[in-house]
Amino acid sequence: MADFGGGDLDAFRAEARAWIEANFPAELKNKPNPMMREEAVEPSPAQQAWKKAMGDKGWGVPTWPAQYGGGGLSPAEARVVQQELGRAGAYNPIGGMGVMMFGPTLLEYGTEAQKQEHIPGIVKGEVWWCQGYSEPGAGSDLAALQTRCEDKGDHFLINGQKIWTSGAQYADMCFCLVRTDTTKKHEGISFVLIDMHQPGVEVRPIKLINGTSPFCETFFTDARAEKKNLVGPLNGGWTIGKRLLQHERSGLSGGGGMFGMGRSLDNMAKEYVGVDEAGRIADSDLRSRIIQNDMDWRAFQQTAMRAMAEAKGNSGPSAATSIMKNAATSTLQTRAELTVEIMGAQGLGWTGDEFSKEEKEAVRSWLGGKATTIYGGSQEVQSNIISKRILGLPDLTQNH
Amino acid sequence: MAVLSEEQSMLRDAAKSWVQEKSPVSAFRKMRDSGAELGYDVAAWNEMAEMGWAGVIIPEEYGGSNFGYLSLGLILEELGRTLTASPLLASGLAAASALVLGGSDAQKSEWLPKIAEGTAVGALAVDEGPHHNPSKVEASVKGGKLTGKKAFVLEGMAADVLVVSAKGEDGKVGLYLVKGDDAGVKRTRLHLADSRGAANIEFNGAAAEALSGGADLLEKVLDRARAGIAAEMLGSANQAFETTLEYLKTRVQFGQVIGSFQALQHRAAKMFTDLELARSTVEAALAAIDADSPDVPELVSLAKAKMGDTFHLVSNEMVQMHGGIGMTDAHDAGFYLKRARAAEAAFGNQAFHRDRYARIQGY
Repeated sequence: MADFGGGDLDAFRAEARAWIEANFPAELKNKPNPMMREEAVEPSPAQQAWKKAMGDKGWGVPTWPAQYGGGGLSPAEARVVQQELGRAGAYNPIGGMGVMMFGPTLLEYGTEAQKQEHIPGIVKGEVWWCQGYSEPGAGSDLAALQTRCEDKGDHFLINGQKIWTSGAQYADMCFCLVRTDTTKKHEGISFVLIDMHQPGVEVRPIKLINGTSPFCETFFTDARAEKKNLVGPLNGGWTIGKRLLQHERSGLSGGGGMFGMGRSLDNMAKEYVGVDEAGRIADSDLRSRIIQNDMDWRAFQQTAMRAMAEAKGNSGPSAATSIMKNAATSTLQTRAELTVEIMGAQGLGWTGDEFSKEEKEAVRSWLGGKATTIYGGSQEVQSNIISKRILGLPDLTQNH
Repeated sequence: MAVLSEEQSMLRDAAKSWVQEKSPVSAFRKMRDSGAELGYDVAAWNEMAEMGWAGVIIPEEYGGSNFGYLSLGLILEELGRTLTASPLLASGLAAASALVLGGSDAQKSEWLPKIAEGTAVGALAVDEGPHHNPSKVEASVKGGKLTGKKAFVLEGMAADVLVVSAKGEDGKVGLYLVKGDDAGVKRTRLHLADSRGAANIEFNGAAAEALSGGADLLEKVLDRARAGIAAEMLGSANQAFETTLEYLKTRVQFGQVIGSFQALQHRAAKMFTDLELARSTVEAALAAIDADSPDVPELVSLAKAKMGDTFHLVSNEMVQMHGGIGMTDAHDAGFYLKRARAAEAAFGNQAFHRDRYARIQGY
């Protein structure tokens, strides 16, 4: 069972509470995390101050090593920070792909110099990272990627196209899988870091079915990468790239953050559908499907807690990670479907004052959430991974 | 698997090795074929009791080890793997819980030591029809005599002491102790598809002693029984899955093992995912009982519903993926399928617990 803290943590809790009280601007209390917005907007002075305070303290990434600016806290202390932030109505202003995926991977595989150079910028939220993985011809079969990376002596030269690069339009740097040997498949891939602010990089946002553009096409035309920005050995990028995907999947399954949990389905259903004389949701068929979804979500959360308790002491995500992504994404997609269904035709409102903010968000979350079983390893790829790695069934794809 | 204490690990390992050595599924088959009147092997039950398993939730002063419900769940899970039939759930968990939570010192002293050492068997008699509905109680007690009918009482044939729900003279529901050999008790053995011990029982003015706690006690005891049977189901479902997975890796058709077909792989991955999720719910429910958390009712309903759905799926897939051999009585698949439905129905099926979960949440 999870350790929910003991006496030792009480002193730390008091310290964390006092620090948050002293540093968290009151005007931001219970405000949404500006990072969760799809569009980039100029942050307010209070938002900037809060980001700087958390960045300097290192508590945005509480368990990362203090020598690179991280919080240096134990998992139990990190939970306390999270609880105290929640209690104060404060969000964590430090995030993005640097925090979720690249940072943990670099801490594991990077050289000391690479960690010194790149981790502090992530900790402070000053450098925004994007992921150069998928290509038009390399989706589920990621190792088929073709973006060429040639050794030009003092630098690498990069040519090719990436797609579904999340947040590339705002990114400063890209962690990228590139082909450094065309005679091999998996063993010809390297992991390089590319500066996005250079003439050889062009970014075009892709408009999705929900109207937003969280992903881009990214074109590299004679783009450069410095030699020191090769992570791991040349042609040894596949192992690192896969490890990073484990972090991505555990992050993607970590909660409803990206598409917003909003208020509970039963609350919404009571309002839109009404209740019977016993106080139950009037539509019994809908009610039982809401219950099922609530239970699925609860079971997922319990499993996340269990995996955390079991992994204590180990570093990095466990084999259970792949189960978590399928479980979380399918449950959240069903939840989004139920939300639209509960609202009826009101839940299909696209724009206009006839629809509430919640209604317009419901339709876009429902559509946007369809991506969650496609990206980060599709539902089907996750099932392949479970079959092969955990259940030991024969692998037909030889890709993972 | 929950993070276990050293004691719990030892208990689980002991249960695992005893079950694998002494009580494989072939032992269950033998018991079924012999038509054992009680629906379990008495010699095997005695061995289990000697190892102290019947006293895991009973306080030490009454002859138990007081290791708690998560510990007892570990044993039930191992027993469930091979469908081992025994009164452990009805006696060492359900009846013992009723006595521990609602018994007077005299009642505890009379029954708990015997239950702990396995020389007395207890059983819980709650339902009066084929659907679990503990709030519907016609049985009643007047002047210390209990009259009424109870249906589908697990281990009802073996019970030396029955824990019976009935209305008192004030019209309120409570639990009562009735001796199995009372002249006013008439038992009829039920032969169900899962071959386990079950009985319909008529009470005609049987001597009854009240436990204290009323309807609250009834719910508490039921929640413990539900979590316990969910633990047993977790073991059964995991074994059903592992047996099926083994078959996928060995059965050859079209020149390759059938486990290389993606249509089957993805169904296997789905089962594995559901089993992992269900395990979390079962362990959380048992731990909540040990912690005496106020969330016990909703966590138990969550666990019983998720475990029921999962065992339902896995037992169906076990038969389907085994193909024709899975339809034969000679194969074990049918045992798991039959046990799944009996265990799903016991103490409330998925529909019952989904509804209860929502009512607890206020919708």
